[in-house]
Amino acid sequence: MTRTLSGKDIAGQLEEKFPGSIVESNQAHLIVKSEVLPDTLRFLKETAGLDFNYLNHITAVDYYQYFEVVYQLSSLEHNHTTVVKTRCYDRENPSLPSVIGIWQGADFQEREIYDLMGINFTGHPNMKRIFLWEDFQGHPLRKDYL
Amino acid sequence: MEVDKVGKYIYPDIELDRYEGQVIEELKTNSRQPISDPDKWLEEEVEQNILLTTVDALINWSRRSSLWPAICFPACCAFELIAANGPRFDLSRFGMEILRASPRQADLLITAGTLTWKMAPSVKRIYNQMAEPKWVIAMGACGISGGIFASSSYAVVPGYNRIVPVDVYIPGCPPRPESLIYGIQMLQKKIARKRNFVPDREDGR
Repeated sequence: MTRTLSGKDIAGQLEEKFPGSIVESNQAHLIVKSEVLPDTLRFLKETAGLDFNYLNHITAVDYYQYFEVVYQLSSLEHNHTTVVKTRCYDRENPSLPSVIGIWQGADFQEREIYDLMGINFTGHPNMKRIFLWEDFQGHPLRKDYL
Repeated sequence: MEVDKVGKYIYPDIELDRYEGQVIEELKTNSRQPISDPDKWLEEEVEQNILLTTVDALINWSRRSSLWPAICFPACCAFELIAANGPRFDLSRFGMEILRASPRQADLLITAGTLTWKMAPSVKRIYNQMAEPKWVIAMGACGISGGIFASSSYAVVPGYNRIVPVDVYIPGCPPRPESLIYGIQMLQKKIARKRNFVPDREDGR
């Protein structure tokens, strides 16, 4: 059975390494600031004892005031998993750092989020639509679409 | 954060994507109205041409007895079609057991499933590649009108008759194999009525 690490367990280690990077942590998840997102995720991947070497999925949620991007990470070595989130407050030109350099599986999922939610992942080598066609207007999974 | 750009990612040219987008947008603009049934005019002329009736009967018999569907099943109605092809419902009783992988050898397009605008140019191309005479059956709610996606979706074609002319509509979500077989029989009856040697009309059809 996969063990779920609570956000609080990881928050301690992260706070030590990157002071002020945690926005919120509770039993279910951990919210980090978007500026330090690649550093914290790389830390989670490369620190012995955590070893989150597998990215289950990325998804995004529109909360009107901000977009929340959710990363579910797992360790195949230790068989544990956790959820890390980050927030993006800019609605006109939302932008987040890409994690494709850490897990290559992020490639298509970041493109999907860009396609449907309009969040631009900087550092992605091929940030363009994946499901919808070029020239399509808008990002249909946003709450204010239509 | 550094990203290795060389040799790791295989992507098509952005120009190809733009071209694809243009094709879809163009098709979407040109497909605002449904295409009417191409055989509507048959009834008016059905009284003409008594002499060649038996030839018509022979040609129509051979055509309707070997309707080979093209493989073009974009969504879930395909499973009912597969079931209809299987031993239980046995579509081969009606001479159409062979699903042709090449549209050049097919006579019938069964539009089994939801069609998105992204997929629409490919389906239109399959239809255009089929040799005349050819027929289209719109199978299921999505094939008829877009179904549950008709008014709410930004990505779904509201009915195949925006893209290709449809001969027979089979309602259902999805239709049972029995309804599919019934629809095919209706198409066969329609083909049996067809006149192959009518004089040209003024509008050239």
